[in-house]
Amino acid sequence: MEPSILAQQTVNGLVLGTSYGLIAIGYTMVYGIIGMINFAHGEIYMVSAYLTAIFLAVLASFGITSVPFTLVVVLAATICVTALHGWFLERIAYRPLRNSTRLAPLITAIGLSLVLQNYVRLSQGARSQGIPTLLQGSFAIPIDSHGNLIRITHVQTLIVIVALLSMAVLTFIMHRTSLGRACRATEQDRIMASLLGIDTDRVIAIVFIIGAAMAAIAGVLVSLNYGSFDFHIGFVTGIKAFTAAVLGGIGSLPGAMLGGLILGLAESFFAGFVNSDYKDVFAFSLLVLILIFRPSGLLGQPQITKV
Amino acid sequence: MGAFFIQPLITAALVLVLTAPISGLVLDGYRFDLHWQPPLWLALAAFFIHVGLILIRRLLRPGQKAPPQQNSRQIHPTVLRTATILLPLLGLLLPFFLGKYWLTVAILALIYVLLALGLNIVVGLAGMLDLGFVAFYAVGAYGYALGQEYLGLGFWAALPLGASLAAGLGMILGFPVLRMHGDYLAIVTLGFGEIIRLILNNWVSFTGGPNGMRVDSPTLLGLEFSRRAKEGNVPFHEFLGIDYSSNHRHIFIYLILFLVVLATLSLVTRLKHMPLGRSWEALREDEIACRSLGINHVTVKLSAFALGAMIGGIGGVFFAASQGFVNPTSFTFFESALILAIVVLGGLGSIPGVIIAAIVITVLPELLRDFSDYRVLVFGLAMVCMMIWRPKGLVQNRRPVFQRRSA
Repeated sequence: MEPSILAQQTVNGLVLGTSYGLIAIGYTMVYGIIGMINFAHGEIYMVSAYLTAIFLAVLASFGITSVPFTLVVVLAATICVTALHGWFLERIAYRPLRNSTRLAPLITAIGLSLVLQNYVRLSQGARSQGIPTLLQGSFAIPIDSHGNLIRITHVQTLIVIVALLSMAVLTFIMHRTSLGRACRATEQDRIMASLLGIDTDRVIAIVFIIGAAMAAIAGVLVSLNYGSFDFHIGFVTGIKAFTAAVLGGIGSLPGAMLGGLILGLAESFFAGFVNSDYKDVFAFSLLVLILIFRPSGLLGQPQITKV
Repeated sequence: MGAFFIQPLITAALVLVLTAPISGLVLDGYRFDLHWQPPLWLALAAFFIHVGLILIRRLLRPGQKAPPQQNSRQIHPTVLRTATILLPLLGLLLPFFLGKYWLTVAILALIYVLLALGLNIVVGLAGMLDLGFVAFYAVGAYGYALGQEYLGLGFWAALPLGASLAAGLGMILGFPVLRMHGDYLAIVTLGFGEIIRLILNNWVSFTGGPNGMRVDSPTLLGLEFSRRAKEGNVPFHEFLGIDYSSNHRHIFIYLILFLVVLATLSLVTRLKHMPLGRSWEALREDEIACRSLGINHVTVKLSAFALGAMIGGIGGVFFAASQGFVNPTSFTFFESALILAIVVLGGLGSIPGVIIAAIVITVLPELLRDFSDYRVLVFGLAMVCMMIWRPKGLVQNRRPVFQRRSA
């Protein structure tokens, strides 16, 4: 195993991991607050990838070429519209099921993810789409005296910076604002929170909005990095992000990021050193094994069933 | 009156903003084409749906909810008995009147009935959401294909082999996941289903990978349904002295499949009334209460898992036999979701409902070819709407109730 390849795979894995972490936040927050796996979250991420390409095309048609301006506008617009998607889904499909059986919202979520996938397929066509390269170039960092380099592209740098920034903002919101306090209260005990005057329906809606916004950030950044996507990407990425959320301990925000990073690294090493054909099998097996042997994850608390 | 339209107008505006980018600006390379119609139509539809919902709510409010319907809408025993004799007979005669195309549709419909019956045991009766049911279906189909390729097995040997392989796999998967609650179980089974498909797809030297594998058609007492038999054999049509028709093979598969479906059906209806079936439903309703009453939740859940898996495996063997070819694209997550949609639309736990839903979902798209693009979209919408308005399904399951006999 060459150290330069190892270092390069570490960089790639960390970048991949931050995107998993960003999407995992949506799973972990929704699970924390209403105890439900939002199966359609992966499709929200897919929608945001399409929105990125569409907004880029719109800006290009106005003849705007400034890269920083384009990036900021596309990021903002995609976050807004994707968050609106998240809010809308919660409002029409999950809120009416607040007090039903455990199975019902899960089935609705599967239905919604079929709807979103096929809505996008019918509107945009089944072929894979691409976006133009916005940021080129990379940093080359020498790691030993033989002239071996690792390359960190500017897009990769951007991904890590934006992800860290948004994590910081999110942590600030959750721990320092009244909104965050309301979120945490609702998470601990929804009935008690509503007795104390918190509009829990609104809080839950906001959690969906935050989750969708984080997925949108991941959608924009990953699309910029890979340049192509299709209407299928939500499924596999969604499951991997869910794996990350479970790995870190579902319900925990730092856990989601940690889980994302570990999964990203593990997948990148597996693809690089073992077999890249089976990297999805590896991720899914990891998911199954974690759920069987350590369902509370790394940073989560074990659940106790009360009678 | 004003409030009557304001909310729907807001909804319409929202839907317009929501759908304008995705359905209005269609990507074409790095540029886009403006399609202004779809978002407007969607917004209009949202407006009318919202108005309709408000109307329904207003109409229902004065009289409160409609009085709960008497659940004693019993079917007359004679009607029931005639139906149980007539319907299977009709089913047996059906293939002789169908053309080749509809014959394959009918076989597919029956396979889905079988799969839905299997999944219904796991999801509907035992209440465990299995999102990887397609794994067992794949194991059955590939059990046949691989058994034929490497062991020289025929259809009749593959049928028990596929069934027991799937049941065994169901048990192996069942053991570790029993401790989990609803959604974790769903995710583990989903991951498991994907693992099976990815292995089938990537292990090219063993399974042929994405190219798939060819499967021979079944034989009747060693008679083949091809135009010319292999060395030393007599084909079916020469043996009977009738003209060759490629339909014979399909009619034959249909008839065996129909008998298997009937057998499964009687097994499942009987099980529902036996202690095992009652324990499934009881565990679904309250696991803690059941365990404290001494029901062994491990064996009960495992039996549901294994039985469901076995039925799925049998479905897979028939699928391989009727297609004459298997490849991994037939076993994606979408297939699991489709079978789940059938079970949900038919009413979780209701056997007649599930059968009707399976037939409708396979036959309707064939009738409405023009709308085949919208098929999955409509399934998804139907799943959401069902969960919101009729969570117990279109045909509601009658729960066992003890009644005092009147006079």
